[in-house]
Amino acid sequence: MSVKLGLLYSRIRKDEKLLLGELRDRGHTVEKIDVRDQQFGLRDSSVDVEGLDLVLDRCVATSRSKYTTQFFEAYDVPVVNSPAVADTCSDKVKTSLALEAADVPTPETTVAFTADAAMAAIEDFGYPVVLKPVVGSWGRLMARIEDEHAAEAILEHKATLGHYEHKVFYVQEFVEKPGRDIRVLTLDGEPVAGMVRAADHWITNANRGAETEAFEVTEEIADLSAAASEAVGGGLLGVDIMETGDGYTVHEVNHTVEYKALSDAVDVDVPAAVVDWLEQRADDATDSAAAAVA
Amino acid sequence: MTACPECGADITLHDDIEVGEIVDCATCGTELEITETAPPVLERAPELDEDWGE
Repeated sequence: MSVKLGLLYSRIRKDEKLLLGELRDRGHTVEKIDVRDQQFGLRDSSVDVEGLDLVLDRCVATSRSKYTTQFFEAYDVPVVNSPAVADTCSDKVKTSLALEAADVPTPETTVAFTADAAMAAIEDFGYPVVLKPVVGSWGRLMARIEDEHAAEAILEHKATLGHYEHKVFYVQEFVEKPGRDIRVLTLDGEPVAGMVRAADHWITNANRGAETEAFEVTEEIADLSAAASEAVGGGLLGVDIMETGDGYTVHEVNHTVEYKALSDAVDVDVPAAVVDWLEQRADDATDSAAAAVA
Repeated sequence: MTACPECGADITLHDDIEVGEIVDCATCGTELEITETAPPVLERAPELDEDWGE
């Protein structure tokens, strides 16, 4: 079946270009929806949703991702990932709680709302310790704190200069990983491909210059990725895993996952796998709509 | 071929450009957004926002 897909975006990265190419090669129709140009009302929006089988959220801005997916769900337009998944994955506190509730190993974390309470949490963890913003990506504004002097300075800066979200102090144990972490792209929990991201720096994000190479997804990693996916609600996700020496821990699940680095690192045709999954989701949405009418 | 709106240098674009795609000016390094494709129109791309990511 030919799918008519709405693509929510404000920036076309290589990830979106790969996807657009695959969709068009298969004869699907893509309506690119630049969310910067749109207005969203309570019952409808400026977006022409007529005939759309599915909307795919590829917003690079988290705030736009969270709200636009909610609007499309409110308009009964099938959207992936769901707003519930976006809401959980875009917030580190919610992600940590979701992983813990599902018994998925995740780094020990404490949240505090004042600099003094955060300092006490930091001292409880000991040094080094990690302080992260609750909303943010690409390793931005993450601090590896080595001593109390650095802790005091960073907390004071956040409390004084930060947006109110920076007054939610997300303090996390420092995991002594072996200079790399693992990224697994999953489709409703099914691993598509994995890679390791290695760097001398403690932050090993690919877009921060980490070296990437293919990682063979073991059964244990596949099970862990599936559990992490299920914990946050499933969909098209990037599960980030650290090796702890005697096991694994999931530190992040990304809901608008980038896969250009993964595509370059592995032999798997990642955009093709994503489009296979989108076709299935569009089919499911069409079947659900037909059942609702009948 | 089109001109960088920042420095005026000529920029060669791929055949498969997309509205919303970002290109870098090789001369001044400015990030430029393709806002139209036929003919190509380039504008300075938005600065990275705090909530950008994946």
